Amino acid sequence: MSGKIIEGRRQFLHKTGLGVALTGLTSSFSLPVVASSEQLELTDSLPEWMKVAGGEFKNYGQPSPHEQRVIRWISANSAAPGNGVSWTPLHDLQGTITPNGLHYERHHNGVPQIDPEQHLLLIDGLVKQALSFDIKSLLRYPMESRTCFIECGGNSNSGWRSNPTQTQAGYAHGLVSNAEWTGIPVKLLLQEAGIEPTAKWVIAEGADGAALNISIPLEKLLDDALLALYQNGERLRPENGYPLRLVLPGWEGILNVKWLRQLRLTDAPVMSRDETSQYTELQTDGKARQFTFMMEAKSLITSPSLGMMLPDNPGIYQISGLAWSGRGKITRVEISADGGDSWVDAKLQAPILAKAFTRFNLPWHWQGDYAILQSRATDETGYVQPTRETLIENRGKHGFFHYNAIVSWEITEEGDINHVYGF
Amino acid sequence: MFMVSKLLISFWLITILSASYAEDTFQHLGKTAKQLSKTPQWNLSISPTGEALPKGQGNAIQGAKIFANQCAGCHGPQGIGASAEPLIGEVGSLASEYPEKTVNSYWPYATSLFDYIRRAMPIDAPFSLSANEVYSLCAYILSSDGTINESLELNEETLPQVKMPNRDGFITIYPDHH
Repeated sequence: MSGKIIEGRRQFLHKTGLGVALTGLTSSFSLPVVASSEQLELTDSLPEWMKVAGGEFKNYGQPSPHEQRVIRWISANSAAPGNGVSWTPLHDLQGTITPNGLHYERHHNGVPQIDPEQHLLLIDGLVKQALSFDIKSLLRYPMESRTCFIECGGNSNSGWRSNPTQTQAGYAHGLVSNAEWTGIPVKLLLQEAGIEPTAKWVIAEGADGAALNISIPLEKLLDDALLALYQNGERLRPENGYPLRLVLPGWEGILNVKWLRQLRLTDAPVMSRDETSQYTELQTDGKARQFTFMMEAKSLITSPSLGMMLPDNPGIYQISGLAWSGRGKITRVEISADGGDSWVDAKLQAPILAKAFTRFNLPWHWQGDYAILQSRATDETGYVQPTRETLIENRGKHGFFHYNAIVSWEITEEGDINHVYGF
Repeated sequence: MFMVSKLLISFWLITILSASYAEDTFQHLGKTAKQLSKTPQWNLSISPTGEALPKGQGNAIQGAKIFANQCAGCHGPQGIGASAEPLIGEVGSLASEYPEKTVNSYWPYATSLFDYIRRAMPIDAPFSLSANEVYSLCAYILSSDGTINESLELNEETLPQVKMPNRDGFITIYPDHH
């Protein structure tokens, strides 16, 4: 075992420390008032920002200029700059909620600038009565909130490559983000239109420059799907579907159609480009898996991770990361520091929500020797995140989508961190 | 008598209030859209049966010219890929060490090709091609690998009849193995 993973007793130690601090604070109140002759010296020793009036109010706040490097990483087609992705910098974030400006993106032909006054949602096909809704009307419906992750089916696909890419955690695995989405349960509007018994699928279509269309089982839309109008409390960002998008907790990102304009109920899938030639997983025998909607359990250590350094040798480091499963709640995350030979349970941070990011933490006493850090998630159905070897054994190397294998970070004796395979 | 009517009124009020809270918690605001639903702009999706295909026709010779002008810039002059995906070639490669997913090697339905070109291509001007141009492009791409005969006129009748080489290449995961 390379490095000792610390368990238990930290809560107790923390409380003891707090008690000492309070005692110290009480005694500081009895110190004499500082003499005026010392005023100048005190002023000199204070930071500049304590000696001037602060900045003005802002109508819409922005991150500190010192955090400007915390950005989405964009990878788009140079000939068609609206066709590409941007990754969430998971390695720079904490907690579980992705800020709206950092939510990952996958656009097939850019971000449409939609005038909400002109936007319509049409529900038609196998319904008793085709209905259209404008945004003003939709805003009057009862709403619910769901905190859930949305993950692109192509997230982590560099994992299929023969050599491990040396990319920061978020820029390899950050086509997943987690937000509180608020909107109308889709079933309310489908029921208003009246569902014909022959309806089995729903073709959702977006109002972007790709008019993206895809088939979704009606069953899912009647279960926990939302017509989202709000993201983390504010109206959707344009790049996340303004003014209206589908949110299908736990299911592949492509199905969470942005800029939603139509839901057509049908008896069969439309077999669109994005459910046949894309978002299907080619296997070794040449056959492809189709309609693989569920995003299986996955986890990732975000700190320490590639691009960081371990400054103290030996030293104590807080291993922290994210786990999620499209099937429900995360029940367990294990950490290994020896490439999977031994495992210790990480502490799961509350709240643990179904189909949402769960933050895990574990203090790690690094003793300065070579280590392989890994995390392994288990969800409430008992599904355990596979190793890369197991995933490739089951699916081959050409699946491209739905890569959810364990990620291995190599810690060198110098405290450098690399991405490695084979553990 | 007074007491009785007072009780009755209370009963009615409770009934009315509880009904209004329990059932109609929101107003149905959908507008009837029967006519709208029939218009072409709300019938973009084309399924394998080809029901929503627009009238029109085109062949590979016409398609080759349109391809050179509208598509070759990104997909390469022979459609084997450049900044955009390859569309042509590599039929039979799917079980090999280096599989290539082109229209003719991978796509299970020809109707998807019409549907996608019309809604999304060319990428800087979606919906700019006429139905005849889209049929022609489908004919050019499909005939380039012999999926259809070079002389075949594609139209709303013939396109859904095209049998793609990889028609049976997909395993449905939902719902059985989901």
